[in-house]
Amino acid sequence: MNDRPPAPDTRALNLRMFGRLVVVAVVMFGFGFLLVPLYDRICEVTGLNSLTRADRGAAEFARNTQVDRSRTIVVEFDANGRGAWKFRPEVASLEVHPGELVTVVYDLENTRAAPTAGQAIPSYAPRQSAAYFRKLECFCFRQQELGANETRRFPVVFVVDPKLPKDVNTITLSYTFFEVGGKAAAAAPQPGRGAGRGLGG
Amino acid sequence: MSAVLDHPGDHAHGHAHDHPSGWRRWLYATNHKDIGTMYLWFSFAMLLVGGVNALLLRTELFQPGLQILRPEFFNQLTTMHGLIMVFGAVMPAFVGFANWQVPLMIGASDMAFARLNNFSFWLLPVAASLLIVSYFVPGGATAAGWTLYAPLSVQMGPGMDLAILALHLMGASSIMGSINIITTILNMRAPGMPLMKMPMFCWTWLITAYLLLAVMPVLAGAVTMVLTDRHFGTSFFNAAGGGDPVMYQHIFWFFGHPEVYIMILPAFGIISEVIPTFARKPLFGYSSMVYATASIAILSMIVWAHHMFTTGMPVTGQLFFMYATMLIAVPTGVKIFNWVATMWRGSMTFETPMLFAVGFIFVFAIGGFTGLIMAVAPLDIQIHDTYYIVAHFHYVLVAGSLFALFSGTYYWIPKWTGHMYDERLGKWHFWASMITFNITFFPMHFLGLAGMPRRYADYPMQFADFNAVVTIGAFGFGLSQLIFLWMVIRCIKGGAKASDRVWENAHGLEWTVPSPAPFHTFETPPVVK
Ligand code: HEM
Ligand SMILES: [Cu+2]
Repeated sequence: MNDRPPAPDTRALNLRMFGRLVVVAVVMFGFGFLLVPLYDRICEVTGLNSLTRADRGAAEFARNTQVDRSRTIVVEFDANGRGAWKFRPEVASLEVHPGELVTVVYDLENTRAAPTAGQAIPSYAPRQSAAYFRKLECFCFRQQELGANETRRFPVVFVVDPKLPKDVNTITLSYTFFEVGGKAAAAAPQPGRGAGRGLGG
Repeated sequence: MSAVLDHPGDHAHGHAHDHPSGWRRWLYATNHKDIGTMYLWFSFAMLLVGGVNALLLRTELFQPGLQILRPEFFNQLTTMHGLIMVFGAVMPAFVGFANWQVPLMIGASDMAFARLNNFSFWLLPVAASLLIVSYFVPGGATAAGWTLYAPLSVQMGPGMDLAILALHLMGASSIMGSINIITTILNMRAPGMPLMKMPMFCWTWLITAYLLLAVMPVLAGAVTMVLTDRHFGTSFFNAAGGGDPVMYQHIFWFFGHPEVYIMILPAFGIISEVIPTFARKPLFGYSSMVYATASIAILSMIVWAHHMFTTGMPVTGQLFFMYATMLIAVPTGVKIFNWVATMWRGSMTFETPMLFAVGFIFVFAIGGFTGLIMAVAPLDIQIHDTYYIVAHFHYVLVAGSLFALFSGTYYWIPKWTGHMYDERLGKWHFWASMITFNITFFPMHFLGLAGMPRRYADYPMQFADFNAVVTIGAFGFGLSQLIFLWMVIRCIKGGAKASDRVWENAHGLEWTVPSPAPFHTFETPPVVK
């Protein structure tokens, strides 16, 4: 790197470095995509965010648990369909005792004249109750496929852990039934919808 | 260094570039000084555009209730204000500084890849036009916030597609810019300048460029995934297809947090040049500065989820990100300590660059402290998405990055134009900015603590008084920047002739070339002793 830069050797050095740095950029672009399976793996290994995984210990747990008749918990059932579904629980709420084995039924109708697959995602309010809500059986453990215009009844069998914190008296179990393989458009019908609605605040 | 000084005006040695004139000079510019100038003007224009957006927002928020804007349009303005300021104003301004100063400071004749440099710049006006055009497409500009969170960003109208395209262009521009800066700094330093003797501004830019190279492509990936979710039936973030909107936040902030340091590290560099000059002492703790900068950059890659404390992270995760974030305050503290130690017992004078630099330390420290408070997960759950956050990032970005940019402009503009700027205007600009800045953003802390959420067009009655004050401050701050524009124009047109060294105690190669710096400098590398 003497007299007159960029001297030919500097030029070659620069180009070599350019090549290397471009590779870094391309690799990092790929890394962005790699983060998706990476996070999925982490969630799987650590059991985070696995809302739909079957609870293998639940049946065993239900068998060995005392029913606590001194406490009554109100469990509310909620259902939301995303896509061509009619989806609702047969009862809106139940009073249960912790430790008691309970079965409720959800009705799901495929309103489309074609077979459609879907996946239910549960969520709980209050959030900390999720850990105490043990499901022995649930349609949310796997994808469900319904034939054209088919209606099906799905049982949910659960037991509320008696260790549920004392200040929780009501648990809301809410399912959202998503269409699988549907385009983004299925959830968000018209473009500009977000912009058009405003905040209402 | 006489080889340098006898140079200008004599290009007899086969270097006879013919300089295109008129618009061609700019469109085909390959000279680092011309490109630097274009970057700086572009970013100033974007500062004004983003500023007008902000003043519209503040006008709406002057009183409770809806006065002049529809809420949807308010959200578009909020989003565009953020995007334009981050990607259009602050980042290009620092690249502009790098273009002008890095070759001058390391004794290189130009940037390593001159044509690439031209291309990096010209992508920016294209991207900015896309953003501005997006206001006029059906549904308007994207209103998902500058972070473009899913699921909103998956649902918005075509304005979102334009924003994604613009981000791709701006991202490509930054990546090419970084490659250029890294190569220039690593390969083209004057003989006798090892890395550990390089000016601090070049060090901070070298590290910033590596950060950019590491995270900008990740942002490109994230918005590409949004794009394919929108149009090609993938479901990365679309819950309807088994995707996860929280995943978007993880990927975005993997870029987003380093990004905030990308916007502050070069500012640290400018401050580290200005303070020694006006304290008439060498920078205290040079090597600790270098290591502090590098550790900030490395740590910044492992703290992203402090933006996500309210997403339902497990406690272990919250603790990890909380402590990691607090750890960043250590190297940041080292820097502030070093600047103060540089000033300690120095013979200080307070010309405008120094005023902005000292002002920077003062207000940036406030932003650092609020950052620490938000790093505490249980506190953050209260103040997340309130005006407290808005106050925090304007303290670090406006009083941090922008004040440093002003400081640097006043410091080097005599070298760029050959004229001294009007010191009186400079002082007016500083005091007006400093006072109105605090009137604007200080009350936001209290609004946030009292529970006013960010990104809403309206608010309950009890927040009315503080919001009125904030709006008045905002207009004052906006108007103060016209003083800056006036100062720059006057300085280009004329003024006292600047000497080569400009400042009494300025050290560094850039002060060895004439003022204004001639079109070609250091065609023969200087020898650093
Ligand atoms: C000691 C240093 C810092 C700490 C501990 C810190 C911490 C934080 C935390 C915890 C948040 C998230 C708050 C929330 O959303 O609830 C945040 C937000 C933010 N910070 Fe900082 N920060 C620091 C320095 C900086 C710097 C230097 C910049 C930029 C120059 C910056 C820019 C931002 C921005 C733009 C946001 C808001 C992003 C958004 O939600 O739109 N911060 N900071
Ligand atoms: Cu952050």
